Amino acid sequence: MKIAIASGKGGTGKTTVAVNFALAIGNVQLFDCDVEEPNCNLFLGLDLEKQEDVSISVPKIDAEKCSLCGKCAEFCRYNAIANLPQRIMLFPKLCHGCGGCQIVCPENAITEELRSIGKIEKGEDSNSGISFFQGTLEIGEPMATPVIRQLQAHIDGTTVAVIDSPPGTACPVIATVGDMDYCVLVTEPTPFGLNDLILAVDVLRQLGVPFGVIINRHGSGDDRVEEYCHKENIPLLMKIPYKREIAVLYSEGIPFVEHMPEWKEKFRKLYHEICSISSENTLQQSCTKVSS
Amino acid sequence: MKICVTSKGSDLDAPTVPHFGRCKFFLIVDPDTMEFEAIGNNQGSASGGAGVQAAQQVIGKGINVLVTGSVGPNAFTLLESEGIEMNIFSGGSVKEAIDAFNSGSLESIDAPNSAGKSRR
Repeated sequence: MKIAIASGKGGTGKTTVAVNFALAIGNVQLFDCDVEEPNCNLFLGLDLEKQEDVSISVPKIDAEKCSLCGKCAEFCRYNAIANLPQRIMLFPKLCHGCGGCQIVCPENAITEELRSIGKIEKGEDSNSGISFFQGTLEIGEPMATPVIRQLQAHIDGTTVAVIDSPPGTACPVIATVGDMDYCVLVTEPTPFGLNDLILAVDVLRQLGVPFGVIINRHGSGDDRVEEYCHKENIPLLMKIPYKREIAVLYSEGIPFVEHMPEWKEKFRKLYHEICSISSENTLQQSCTKVSS
Repeated sequence: MKICVTSKGSDLDAPTVPHFGRCKFFLIVDPDTMEFEAIGNNQGSASGGAGVQAAQQVIGKGINVLVTGSVGPNAFTLLESEGIEMNIFSGGSVKEAIDAFNSGSLESIDAPNSAGKSRR
């Protein structure tokens, strides 16, 4: 069972929900897929151990063999190769690593070399039984999706995987949520929260991933998010109140379920609700296995 | 000498535009005769690498001077490697940009002056 915690708008509480949800269920794998700014571990405080580098293949051109025909530059739809009158120039940060230039080169002048763009780290929380994985994209690198894909390769499938998604609706989000069994969309009761929720809903519907909504800081805005969910027949899974106690714990880096045990119960109920919503999709088996 | 001016339209009276990689047209002008050629920027709406493509296009035309508003880091690398002189001009028409260049009043671009856009 793979459950992503995502949101159209940033700063609505994805990490708060992901960490508290994972701690409440226990014995899960937790993945921080917000690789441009991973922050789950601010609340877990685990010692992380590097597992591996994330690399992508970029072209290497043998100037001796190159005849400056320009076919590689013409082929590259990301404009990572420029064909100049006297030389070819590469822009590795624009390269998506597709390898097409190598195929079209008539002189066999192009080989591939690996370029590191990020890393995968892991930490174990013995108290909760959480196996935590985090991907980090190196500063200045533009392409997050290879790090996310490699991170998700660590999902072992024997237990629940809780995935903290990047915000928005662009490539990193598609890479994160595309293959999920369920997606929880966290939003806030503001016009921005509603606007970006609608965008995220559109993405999930196109991806065919079942989803429901959590309203965070409930009570701070208006009712339009609730009205929207009702109108669109979207399950409203949970409302987390706009409460000083939660904000104070957050500011100290403490997951609020640790001090507010009633919320542990609520997140467990949420998990069972997600299982029953997904049961139509033949997921019942793995859910039962974990909850027993 | 060939001067490339980034422009909104395809003649000398067209207004200049400041964004090198994302302009509509490149006007390649001979400042002595004022003969010109207008080339459409075929990558103006590329998701990324528009500057690389634009620089290739105008370098291929054998220009010596570029007059525009801003140049991103990738385009700058390419243009500089070909020894192309880059100058800032804003407002006004292509013809006025050429006049300003001829009078020697334009400030040169010695480093990338736009962040460019990394693809997401």
